Order: sequence, then structure tokens, then C-alpha cells
Amino acid sequence: MKIAKELKFQFLKTMVTIRCFEEKAKELYLAGKIRGTVHLSTGMEAVATGACSSLNPDDYMNSTHRGHGHCIAKGVGLREIMAEIMGRATGVCQGRGGTMHMFDVAHGVMGTIGIVGGGIPIATGLGLGIQQLGLGRVALCFLGDGASNEGAFHEAVNLGAVWRLPVVYVLENNLVGDTTPLREVVLIDDLADRAKSYGIPGVIADGNDVLDVYAKVSAAVRRARSGDGPTLIECKTYRWEGHQIGDPCVYRTKEEVEQWKKKCPIKRLKTHLMREKLLTEKRYEAIVAASQAEVDQAAAFAMDSPEPDPQTVLDYVY
Amino acid sequence: MRTVTYIEALREGLEEELRRDERVFLLGEDIGPHGGVFGATRGLLAKYGPTRVRQTPISEAAIVGAACGASMIGAIPVAEIMYFDHIAVAMDQVAGEIAKIRYMSNGQVRLPLVIRTQGGGGRGKGPQHSSSIEAWFFHCPGLKIVMPATPYDVKGLIKTAIRDDGPVLFLENAILYNTKGEVPDEEYLIPLGRAEIKRQGTDLTIVAVSAMVLRALDAAQELEKMGISAEVIDVRSLIPLDIECIVESVKKTSRALVVHEAWRRGGVGAELAAQITERAFDYLDAPVGRVGGLEVPSPYAESLERQVIPNPAAIVKQAKELCNIFE
Repeated sequence: MKIAKELKFQFLKTMVTIRCFEEKAKELYLAGKIRGTVHLSTGMEAVATGACSSLNPDDYMNSTHRGHGHCIAKGVGLREIMAEIMGRATGVCQGRGGTMHMFDVAHGVMGTIGIVGGGIPIATGLGLGIQQLGLGRVALCFLGDGASNEGAFHEAVNLGAVWRLPVVYVLENNLVGDTTPLREVVLIDDLADRAKSYGIPGVIADGNDVLDVYAKVSAAVRRARSGDGPTLIECKTYRWEGHQIGDPCVYRTKEEVEQWKKKCPIKRLKTHLMREKLLTEKRYEAIVAASQAEVDQAAAFAMDSPEPDPQTVLDYVY
Repeated sequence: MRTVTYIEALREGLEEELRRDERVFLLGEDIGPHGGVFGATRGLLAKYGPTRVRQTPISEAAIVGAACGASMIGAIPVAEIMYFDHIAVAMDQVAGEIAKIRYMSNGQVRLPLVIRTQGGGGRGKGPQHSSSIEAWFFHCPGLKIVMPATPYDVKGLIKTAIRDDGPVLFLENAILYNTKGEVPDEEYLIPLGRAEIKRQGTDLTIVAVSAMVLRALDAAQELEKMGISAEVIDVRSLIPLDIECIVESVKKTSRALVVHEAWRRGGVGAELAAQITERAFDYLDAPVGRVGGLEVPSPYAESLERQVIPNPAAIVKQAKELCNIFE
């Protein structure tokens, strides 16, 4: 697939922004500025970026407890995400959802969902609504390798398939579910093979190659939009950080992490662009500096924002 | 006015809403050519086609989750769960997602969906097909719950539920499906959150839920012969709850008895009893009584099952005790 160089630069900027954001979130958490816990997607930037970039602004996306990168790639403001993570009134959900439960309807983000697998039937439902109302849109669902063992995955993907709903199920296989390696809980190597049992295409993408993710998700989005139904795209990737901040990662070796860091998606695109003589080190550093500045501003904005008015606690139950 | 059965009244309500608003659609198991295992959707597929009447795989979590997602972007799904017991398969979608999404999104979406199901026993369906588990959902902020007991109420309430911003759990009881009642020819709606006094009385307030409304009315007739005048209130709507109607009645009668088919322990009667006590303590001449299902998984054999569901005699016995008449 021919990808315009402007788009490649957009990919680079988005991935760098996600990387800076996640590192900032980690820093703030360790400084005691964030309640609860945070699930970082450091190292998985290419999946979020390649997948969301294949969507139109009014297409829908839903995601998981590890959803910061997905939201950034879908166009949600950094300030609003950071403020939500910090439980402020200026967050996308006015602090009600926090890091795991972010909704931004204006950008088509129909929820990052904290229950593993909980968002998959909802994504099928978004596809159903699109079909019922003739909206011509597509719903993209991010899910993890762990979620593909949930009953809800089976039910929801099958239903999406049978009704040919305009959904793309993007499975981020980072080889582990919480602290349990994938190889201990499935007998197969490629989760995309599960698509066969639903009669839909199962595609494998290199989850650390944003151009590959973009090409394959775009094809699936076109297929969905044309009425041919869903696709399951397994993006093979890896998270550099633990399941949540503070996870001692007893389930994997430092060597394994280092091996995967060598496949850094940002470094790979950077190398590609430099080889194509489209990018210089200087320009790259400027991109990083700009993203870092945006992230720093988002953090300052969030820290300066008030908590939600206690009087609002009963709002929107119904 | 016409006399129709509960299931006919329900079907009329569903059809009228399908006709009125093209965003409304039905989904569920066997609701297509078969018309639903209880006939709730009979004839609707032929009239409205397979995109308005969508027959699903046996996939409760997907059915409910699909209703959730579709409603978030403006469709109006009415999902059928065949037996109340089956809703456990979809528990996360109901209680973990649907109940919470409007709140945790800070009001960014509405979920104008209805989940219809039927619970209750007495027809030999056995332990896994006889439950009345409204209490599980009564506990969830974010859900609305209605339990109509008559043809008139089921039609008026299903239309309101479908038009409501939702989400609504619409709980029927199959034992009511063939009961008959009158419905107007012209369109009518019943608001959510309104109980109804089905029988006026002065000595005792019986608050009944779903099929127990009919048992309570039978019990009231028996009680009348004994000189006890029972007022029977049909709760109709658990959330929003019309506690004012109930409390006003208790202030008049000074005695209250809650009756539901669901297991007595932790049933909605416990909450009603607590609220009545809080609000009408000075008016009560006796503790609030509760008649509920025997606390067993509903057995199949009739000699066992008939002990599980409250009958008019059980209601009469409790009522007499509240009136200080002991056998």
C-alpha cells in the first residue's frame, strides 16, 4: 500500500506523542499524583496509531483498560486525557471514569472499558447501530490477547460476523494477560486463527510496524464499510511496562523485554523515514521536543485543574 | 375497550412502537418466524422484516452488549432474554456496562434500550428456568425496572419503556401471559415510577409485585370475608419506585405486607419494608411483613414447587397475623 509521506510523518508524531504521554503518566504516578493504578501502553504505539489513522473522524472506536494510546491516536485532547487520569473536572469524563473508563463522543470514543472483554459486545453493538441507522460508519474495537479467551469475545465476534456488521476487531497480542503468559493459556500461536471459526478473515499484522498495521486495518475498514462484515486483525506486539505501574513482572525476563525494545515501533519508522531521506536526526528531535512540550502542557493543565464539584456526585445516574 | 391477553397486549405495544419509530428494533432468540417462545413477537417478522426483528444466536452477552452499543449511537433496541435466569450470562453487560456507562461517561451518552425477559415459576420449568431475580438489578444504580402484572399495564408500560431514555429492564412473568384484561382502543401510556392501587382498603396495605398482585387480590377477597379490608398496591415500577403511594396508603391503614415471588431474603420486599418503616414508623401498628418465595432453587416436582411460590393462603395467613389474628 502506498502511504503518503505526510501520513508517515503524522504516524511518527502520534507515536512519539503517545510515548511521551505514557512516560509522563508514569512519572506523575510515581510522584503520587495519580490515584488507583495506571496501565501503560509503552511500546504498543504502532497499533493505536496505525489502526486509528485508518478511521474517519466520525467512525467509532472502543478500547480497554490500556487505552491512553488509542484515545490519543483517535484525536482526544492530551489535556483532557491527562486531566481524566488525574481525576479532574476538566477530564473527558469530568473525572468520573479515570484512566480505565474514558469516553469522548465528540471524537467517536465510545468507551475504554475496564472489564476485560466487556467492550467487545458493545463494539458489535456500535456496528449494529451503524447498520440499523444507515450511518455508513465503522466501529473499531481494541482488545487484548487475554480478552480473546473471554466468552464475550466469542459471542460478540460471532454475532458481528453473522450479521456482517461494520466492525473491525483489532487484537493487540502482547503475549501476556496481566501476569500470565499467553502461551500458558492457549494452545495456538496465532489468535487470528480464531477468526476462521466465525467465518471472517483473520489477519496478522506486525504490531510494531505502523505501516503494516495501517495497511491491514485500512483494508479491513474498507471491507467493513462496504458491508462485507468484520475482520479480526491480530497485531503482534509487546508492552515494555508491566501490566500496571509497579508490576514486578515476574512472568518475563529482562532479556525478553530488551529483545522487544530493539523492535521499537518509533525507531523502526524513524529508520524507515531516514532511509527514504525524508527525515533527519535534527527534524526528529524537533518532533520529539514538540510532542514533549504538548505532553508537559497537558500535565501542567491537569495539575492546575480542580477536582469535580462534590455536588455533582449524583448527576447522570439516569 | 377490548379484552386481550397479557401477551397480546404486550405484542400490540411492541408493534405500535415499531410502527411509530423506525429506530426501534427487536433482537433476541427465536423471535423471528417462531414469534418468540411465548409468542411475544408473533407475526412481527413478517410485517417488519429481518432488520427490525432480528433473530440472534444463543448469545446473551452479545445480545445485551449489542443492544448497549446500538443504543449509545441512537438506535432503540428492545432485546428479549428468553428466561430471566439466562440474564446471568450477560451480567457484566447489564450491571457492569449498561448500568454504568451514562454515569461514567459523565452523561455523554444515553442508552434508550429495553431488555425484556420473563421470570417466575409454577409451570414445572425447574430450578434454572423459574427464578425471579429482580433484586440483583434493583441493587444497581443506573437501571430502571418495571414489572407489569396486567394486560393494561404491560401495554402502557412497554410503550413508555421504549420511548424512555432508558435503560429499562422490563420484567414479565410467563404465568401472566394468558391472563386477560381490558385495553383501550386508543393509544395510552403509563409513566414509569407510578404504583397503582388495584383495590381500595382500610385495614392493611398489601404491596405486591408482578404475578403476586393477582394472588394478593385473591387473598384480599378472602380477607374481606373475615372482616379485614385490604388495600392492594401494584408496585409496577421498582426503579423509579413510587414510595409515596405506598407510604400514603400505610399511613391510612397502619399495617403493611409486601408480597413477591422472589426469595424472601434480600428480595425487594426487604428494601420496601425498610423504606416504609423509615417513613411511616409512627403510623405502623405492626412490623412490616414480607411474604416471599421459599428459599430454595425452584424444584421441579409439583409437590415441592407448590411450596415455593406464595399463594393466596400464605398471604392471608401473614395478613391475619399482622392484624393480630392468630390461628
